[in-house]
Amino acid sequence: MKKYILTSTLAALLTLGGLSVPALAGPEDVVVENAWSRASIGMNRPGAAYMKIRNTGDEPVTLIGLTTPLAMMPEIHETKTNAEGVSSMSPAGEIAIAPGESVALEPGGLHAMLMRLQEPMTEGDTFPLTLLFDDGGEMTVEVPILGIAARGPED
Amino acid sequence: MRRRAILGYGAAGVGAVALMLFVGWWQVDGPGGPEPVGQRPVALTEMDFRLTDHEGNAVGPETLIGRPTMAFFGFTYCPDVCPTTLSDISGWLDDLGDEAHEMNVAFITVDPERDTVETMAEYVGYFHPAIRGWTGPEEQIARVADGFRATYERVPTESGDYTMNHTASVFLFAASGRFVTMIDYHEPREFAVPKIRRALEEETEGAT
Ligand SMILES: [Cu+2]
Repeated sequence: MKKYILTSTLAALLTLGGLSVPALAGPEDVVVENAWSRASIGMNRPGAAYMKIRNTGDEPVTLIGLTTPLAMMPEIHETKTNAEGVSSMSPAGEIAIAPGESVALEPGGLHAMLMRLQEPMTEGDTFPLTLLFDDGGEMTVEVPILGIAARGPED
Repeated sequence: MRRRAILGYGAAGVGAVALMLFVGWWQVDGPGGPEPVGQRPVALTEMDFRLTDHEGNAVGPETLIGRPTMAFFGFTYCPDVCPTTLSDISGWLDDLGDEAHEMNVAFITVDPERDTVETMAEYVGYFHPAIRGWTGPEEQIARVADGFRATYERVPTESGDYTMNHTASVFLFAASGRFVTMIDYHEPREFAVPKIRRALEEETEGAT
């Protein structure tokens, strides 16, 4: 069983990084940085969110799923582009992160796919996204919603 | 003795690896290789299709002749690749500055069922103003893709919806309509902008 630490402490720690987003609760060994997403047009299209997930602990962690009030079916997806230049997207399954390693959810690769939006994603807002781990731990991140044409967390 | 035997196997191993590499080269890049699947698009002057741009204008390959062209495929229900490509292209166009207005930029949907003229208009409005959104009947989209040697495929998702697999490269044509080169997805901007400039320069060459 991994230890949990106080939200405010972790949020304060993360805020020191400048680019980090405050985590509401979670395994102390997991740090999420540079979370961002793009605004949606209405609710019919799926959204996508990106972030870097770091395992700062000395045990492997495995991300097994997502939940968010924003979308009925949030799922980690992976976009792949083959040798012929054709891009496709499919569920990525479980994501194991070795101690000291990190996994980047970024455009054109892994992404948190937000299917069946419950409300439009509005630029300037944030939404909570909970990462579920295989040991029962979870961690909630506030994801900023940037413009539709955003290219990265700084846009 | 024993050591020598190992050396012997080692030499045989090196030979086998070299042979495998040679066979691999022959089959993949060498004369024994198949025709590349990702073939070059034909010239715009050889294409024939009728589409509608996001302002309701009738467009076709002839619309693109006379100015260099950057064209790519996608769909507005695409959460990851397409907004990324559109914002990359917007960034390249910003880098090009005034030159961006000397070229055609066409975003062609592979999902005409959902991407109506109005939908395209709303979507492209979020990106660089030089980007035009083209849609049309499915059989016309198929003709465009054929000319570009691009592919697309409708794939159902677990949410009961569907998504589209599609060619994500950006195609560059000279003002004459001749295919110049393409920018692959994930290609860094340092390579993309010079490639676009090359297509722009071909226009000047053709004009002189
Ligand atoms: Cu996805």
